[in-house]
Amino acid sequence: MVRLDDNGDALIRVRNLDKTYRRGGQDVHVLQGLNLCVDEGDFVAFMGPSGSGKTTLLNLLGGLDLPTAGSITVAGDEITRLSGPKLANWRARHVGFIFQMYNLLPVLTAFQNVELPLMLTRLTKPQRRRHVETALALVGLGDRTDYYPRQLSGGQEQRVAIARAIVADPTFLLCDEPTGDLDRRSADEVLALLSALSSRYGKTVLMVTHDPRAAERAEVVLHMEKGALVEGTTSGPERSGPASKPAER
Amino acid sequence: MKYFALIWSNLRRKKVRTTLTIGSFAVALFLYGLLAAIQTAFNQGVEVAGVDRLVVRNKVSLIMPLPVSYRERMLQIPGVKAVTYATWFGGYYQDPKNFFPQFAVYKETWLKIYPEFKVPRGEWEAFLQDREGCIVGRKTAERFGWKIGDRVPLVASIFGGVWEFNIRGIYDAARSEDDTTQFWFRSDYLEERRAWGKGMVGWYVVQVADPNEAARVAEAIDGRFANSPWETSAESEKAFAAGFVKQVGNIQLLILVIGGVVFFTLLLVTGNAMAMAVRERTAELAVLKTIGFTDASVLWLVLGESVAYALQGGVLGLAAVKLFTLRGDPTGGLLPVFYLSPGKMALGLALTVAVGVVSGIIPALLAMRLKIVEALRRV
Ligand SMILES: Nc1ncnc2c1ncn2[C@@H]1O[C@H](COP(=O)(O)OP(=O)(O)OP(=O)(O)O)[C@@H](O)[C@H]1O
Ligand SMILES: [Mg+2]
Repeated sequence: MVRLDDNGDALIRVRNLDKTYRRGGQDVHVLQGLNLCVDEGDFVAFMGPSGSGKTTLLNLLGGLDLPTAGSITVAGDEITRLSGPKLANWRARHVGFIFQMYNLLPVLTAFQNVELPLMLTRLTKPQRRRHVETALALVGLGDRTDYYPRQLSGGQEQRVAIARAIVADPTFLLCDEPTGDLDRRSADEVLALLSALSSRYGKTVLMVTHDPRAAERAEVVLHMEKGALVEGTTSGPERSGPASKPAER
Repeated sequence: MKYFALIWSNLRRKKVRTTLTIGSFAVALFLYGLLAAIQTAFNQGVEVAGVDRLVVRNKVSLIMPLPVSYRERMLQIPGVKAVTYATWFGGYYQDPKNFFPQFAVYKETWLKIYPEFKVPRGEWEAFLQDREGCIVGRKTAERFGWKIGDRVPLVASIFGGVWEFNIRGIYDAARSEDDTTQFWFRSDYLEERRAWGKGMVGWYVVQVADPNEAARVAEAIDGRFANSPWETSAESEKAFAAGFVKQVGNIQLLILVIGGVVFFTLLLVTGNAMAMAVRERTAELAVLKTIGFTDASVLWLVLGESVAYALQGGVLGLAAVKLFTLRGDPTGGLLPVFYLSPGKMALGLALTVAVGVVSGIIPALLAMRLKIVEALRRV
């Protein structure tokens, strides 16, 4: 269950997270005292106006950036204490990223793109091949392994990106507007895939979206407001835990 | 290496740019190989010089002769083991453009002092038996299609007339840097036929008993003939050859300057190509880092790419220039040895890799320092 107050055994625990950017000599407080707990297997959607800090939060959760203050703990690792190669290794093992613009490498085939995260593991070539083929089959692209990104539709590209995100079996998936650039049908396919990953394979999925229909797929929808989170609608059977007030400073 | 496929795919990304960059390396290394071969040609005398040999010439100038009687007198100087002499003939075969060096040599000691030249015993015996005989280097024999037993006429531009010689032998060399373009005939034949300058020889070559004593022996020789009408200048063969190269001009410096400019240009060309490659790929590099590639591995990826450009072009250029040198001297006789040694090729390859690394290092560092969050925002 997702909760905005603290929970000792949650998979992801965010405590009093602050992120301040300096722009033109002025401090921009993007995140202020943000708290969040996500349990294993949750499917969470983040919504909120443009510029409210959703991408910033996702980047911090994925260890792409470090907060100004506060901490993030994932499966017992306090990632906000890691940096450099340690953080990179942590990302390789625990996070699968899916972006709005797919971000596949244009010079690599679907197969090679999906294989990239496995390059960082000790798997042998035949083992890598098996994993890549499984992942591509899972997203329904088993017959497109040798296609280059430019030979695929947007929806297919995004599915390759999903395969790449899951191939190394990460602890959780981070999706930043994964359907933002897709037509309705492709978007639905991608969303169906993400829900299936969550419901059938028990993957923890955190997704930023502007699309209410996309948010409906999630069990929990959280709204970003003034640098903190407030709980929105949940599609789950029960709502547990009272939403904490954003910690003002 | 696991990342090889990735580097390779990146190389194929912009075919035109890749071709041009690899082409620049190929051209540069071809030029390097040519310069190296020319430098070897000019310096071969220095490089192959015997450490136990002194060249004794007229103090005034190399083209001034010395009396033949000096041989006996030099032999009396302590430390002198053997003495031979030669005279420049300066003839040509059929066409004045067909240059190759001809020496009238003192047959008794010539080969003893130049053991690097190999003549089959039987052929040398035949040469000793025939006053008009001559021994020709392998390259020159092949160049004119001469065989043992041929009678070849040379036009003597210095001594006048047409002189005919019988080819009695062909010499080979122990090392590929050795000159096999020379033509030797007997000094007694020259002495007999020359109309002027009898009793004189071009220069002496002295073999010393102990190479460490070479400087002292050279001094003793010059001292011996000081204040005579024909004063001498004795120096080690290496110094002599180096002085000879200097007379031609500062080839060494010229080659260094040309080579330096070429490699510097190459550095700029590749550096620019790599900088462009990294700039275009900002988002992709950020994605790699997102996936978990460390900053260091991104650095190696970019460096690997620039070294891959370099190696492909470098190997291509070196292979081409090696083949070119195998076809022989392109100047028709000016470069007696036209040869690209394995050492020079290895140096070329090392330079190539160095240029690859240096031109890739700044783009690679930029790629390494790239901040994921900012790079992704710029997409
Ligand atoms: N590197 C930075 N330097 C300065 N300000 C930044 C930087 N990155 C983000 N910001 C600012 O932080 C705020 C939050 O940005 P963020 O991208 O997280 O918003 P978002 O909720 O993802 O918006 P959108 O829905 O448009 O994607 C914005 O006002 C943005 O201008
Ligand atoms: Mg955003």
